[in-house]
Amino acid sequence: MGYVGARIKRVEDLRFLRGIGKFVGDIRRVGMTHAAILRSPYAHARVVKIDTASAAKTSGVIGILTATDMPDLQTIPMRIGSVPGLERSLQYPIATDRVRYVGDPVAVVVAVDRYVADDALELIEVEYESLPPVVDTRAAMRLDGPRLHDAVPSNVAAKFKVDVGNIDRAMAEADLVIEEEFFTQRHGAVPLETRGLVAEFDEGREILTMWGPTKMTHVNRGILSNLLDLPESSIHFIEPDVGGGFGARGEFYPEDFLVPFAAIYFRRPVCWIEDRSENLKATNQSREQQHRIKVAVKQDGTILGLEDQILFDMGAYTRTHGGIPGIAASAMLRGPYGIKNYRCTVFCVLTNKTPAGTYRSPGRYEANFVRERAIDLIAHRLKLDPAEVRRRNFIPPQAMPYDQGSHPFHYMVYDSGDYPGLFEKALARVNYPGIKRECESARQQGRALGVGLGYFVETSGLGPWEYARVEIDTKGRVILYSGCASVGQGVDTVLSQIVADELSVRLENVRVVRGDTARVPYGLGSNASRTTVMAGNAALGAAQKVKRKVLDRAAAHLEIGLDDLFIEDGRVIVRGSLQRSISFAEVARLSDPGIALKSGFSPGLSEENFFASDRRPFPYGVHVAVVEVDRETGMARLLKYLVAEDVGRAVNPMLIEGQMAGGLAQGIGGALLEEFVYDFDGTPLATTFMDYLLPTAMEIPPADFLPLELVPSPLNPLGVKGAGEGGIAAAGGAIANAVCDALGVEVKRLPLKPEYLLNLLQKGREFQSKTPECIVV
Amino acid sequence: MTRRTVSMTINGHEYRGTVEPRRLLVDFIREDLDLAGTHVGCEHGVCGACTILWNGEAVRSCIIFAVQADGATLETVEGLAKSNSELHPIQQAFWENHALQCGFCTPGLLLTIKALLKENPSPTEEEIRRTISGNLCRCTGYQNIVTAVKRVAEELNETNCSIK
Repeated sequence: MGYVGARIKRVEDLRFLRGIGKFVGDIRRVGMTHAAILRSPYAHARVVKIDTASAAKTSGVIGILTATDMPDLQTIPMRIGSVPGLERSLQYPIATDRVRYVGDPVAVVVAVDRYVADDALELIEVEYESLPPVVDTRAAMRLDGPRLHDAVPSNVAAKFKVDVGNIDRAMAEADLVIEEEFFTQRHGAVPLETRGLVAEFDEGREILTMWGPTKMTHVNRGILSNLLDLPESSIHFIEPDVGGGFGARGEFYPEDFLVPFAAIYFRRPVCWIEDRSENLKATNQSREQQHRIKVAVKQDGTILGLEDQILFDMGAYTRTHGGIPGIAASAMLRGPYGIKNYRCTVFCVLTNKTPAGTYRSPGRYEANFVRERAIDLIAHRLKLDPAEVRRRNFIPPQAMPYDQGSHPFHYMVYDSGDYPGLFEKALARVNYPGIKRECESARQQGRALGVGLGYFVETSGLGPWEYARVEIDTKGRVILYSGCASVGQGVDTVLSQIVADELSVRLENVRVVRGDTARVPYGLGSNASRTTVMAGNAALGAAQKVKRKVLDRAAAHLEIGLDDLFIEDGRVIVRGSLQRSISFAEVARLSDPGIALKSGFSPGLSEENFFASDRRPFPYGVHVAVVEVDRETGMARLLKYLVAEDVGRAVNPMLIEGQMAGGLAQGIGGALLEEFVYDFDGTPLATTFMDYLLPTAMEIPPADFLPLELVPSPLNPLGVKGAGEGGIAAAGGAIANAVCDALGVEVKRLPLKPEYLLNLLQKGREFQSKTPECIVV
Repeated sequence: MTRRTVSMTINGHEYRGTVEPRRLLVDFIREDLDLAGTHVGCEHGVCGACTILWNGEAVRSCIIFAVQADGATLETVEGLAKSNSELHPIQQAFWENHALQCGFCTPGLLLTIKALLKENPSPTEEEIRRTISGNLCRCTGYQNIVTAVKRVAEELNETNCSIK
């Protein structure tokens, strides 16, 4: 019907526009109680004594739980990124004897409403014995310093190395070696809806139902099953509407154990809605990385080798993502360039801050900032145009698929792409030479205008499989049961488009069921730009299978060969005899068990399908940023922006542009505004939206988005590459480069806050880099 | 705690309830009246997700007590469309221009924009951006929201209609 590729309005929107979506905070159960969580006010302390007596006496309090009420407490496991060593710093759902960040859960109050629960929190008396906090990443690594976890000396939870080619020879053969340190600040996903859960335990049937899980309901159900020692068949997860995910939401957090535990313990439905202050202290943060790089360059700008040492600040505990931000940064640091000699050492470092996990384009946003800044440093040092240095280093399209060399924890074969081709298209679209001239002449008139480039290669479509079942009911409706999740990105629309086209039915005739573990048996959920790739292709395969079934049954019923049939608008029609046809609804009725069993067919009009892949697509693209900086105030303002990305095939270009626009806004936030600042003693200073600055409509420029279908991915039948993260991936790098161009300074860290830029301006242009100090590990 | 009786008109209907003086207006609307379309994003008056109209003016229901709204005339997202089968022109423009993703900030934005267009039927891009800068959206990057507002304004001006 031509839905794939079209700008189809979203099927999800009507309920959101009318205010009748059902988010977790909208779930009401009979007898529902409300939980509030007492969190540590100290970054590092021993818990000596907890006195809940007076809090428990508060009218309306149902009960209070601490670790002593949970005798079989286990740590929350990693589900991904399990670098050996990280298992030594896993988190218990509630503090047993020590707290390691401000926000670490200490007690849970359950009361008749949240007001009463919050009152009771204030009456709990906890005696803490403070311990020396470890806040700075590098200082944390001192051998003689305080330890967060007894089993982890020098707070290095894990360390690993990527070593490709011969980096020492590359350094020796270089005409120029550039050494620099870069830093990306701690910031994070911060979805507009905070986390929340409602848990209800049906004691008689022994069924625990949870509303609020998202992202990967089946995986999290498995974790909860182990932690509660309750069979998976006794746990029912239901994903409601979800107010944004971006990596952080839908992971298994302490509360994902505490809330169902409380519901079982008190035999009452329990609702917990995270408040914003909790959200800014308790939900995974991300991005805090220090990079110390060395680049070996020839006189013509070609890069011979790249060496990096990454310190990934993982906060106080290993969470479900394990070492992913460090893994992804070390895997994708080379981006689109053919750097044959590469060595990267990653240290996963524990500090007394909120634990870290992934945030949209994890590790890549950081790595792209570092590498794209380094490319511009090369250009400045060799007096070349930054675009030219990129051209001289791209992996050529004829080298695809391209193996970047082994990485201990990451798949590394780029599937397809035309890096220089996309680059030239993007530069032509913005008239790059024209912009350069404009910026130059503005600068001559005293205005600080600059243009910056940021190339990226993303990884998407994380496998190894996804599940789909397509069913046609006796009303002729097509129902897709998918193992994916929705965090607000429009998956129902995209999947409906794919299924509607394959079955030649109208879009409004397709319904997507997902996020309910009782209705969908398997699923790996939505993350890592995998939904269209994995769930889309799984749905396509299931639709193809059910189409064959429909045709077989129609052929038998119409007594005609398969070759003489075609389908259109929900009917199977005989070629050349358009009156002879049968509707999908009728075929479904013929598939009723009573009829089907007699006619020798298997009952039902439904087919399951798994799409499996151990390989991953690598979407890629470029950001072009034009900024103006006010030399007096240090404020950077974006004037123009382009994001171009090869998505392989655009199922719905409007939604892809939406993903790019949303990603870009977050990338701008990370480049200019957002930072989880911590005091010297580990106290978080950004715990409200007055201190943690999200971009508003005033900071986001009108931008141009160019989703391209240059090279379809050869790894899946749809040819899609996944498009959730390209909009954010290179924003830090492109904006930083534009600011450098505008001011004639060398930016080394994010965010580009006014005080930092003023400071750089005072110090003047810094082309020479310092030799870094030695690291003590 | 002593409880007080409050009554207010929301979307043309009369509502009465008994609340503690500290109960937030947004909790009264969402939980006591079950008008859950109004959302809570920050509870400190910054994000704008809880925006409703009070005598046509956009206000934040998370920093107002229910008792303060005693006798007030309010409008929430549930009151925008005339019927279940129709959309308000602003809702329609949001749909057509992909001005929402997760939908959590959407009710607050719709009402902020309704108040804007009532006061200023032909806002400039700068005026639109300035007005919605009190509503945080983490998904869309705002561009499509700005476009949606421009489209509604254009349509209203072409048809000589005003926002109701």
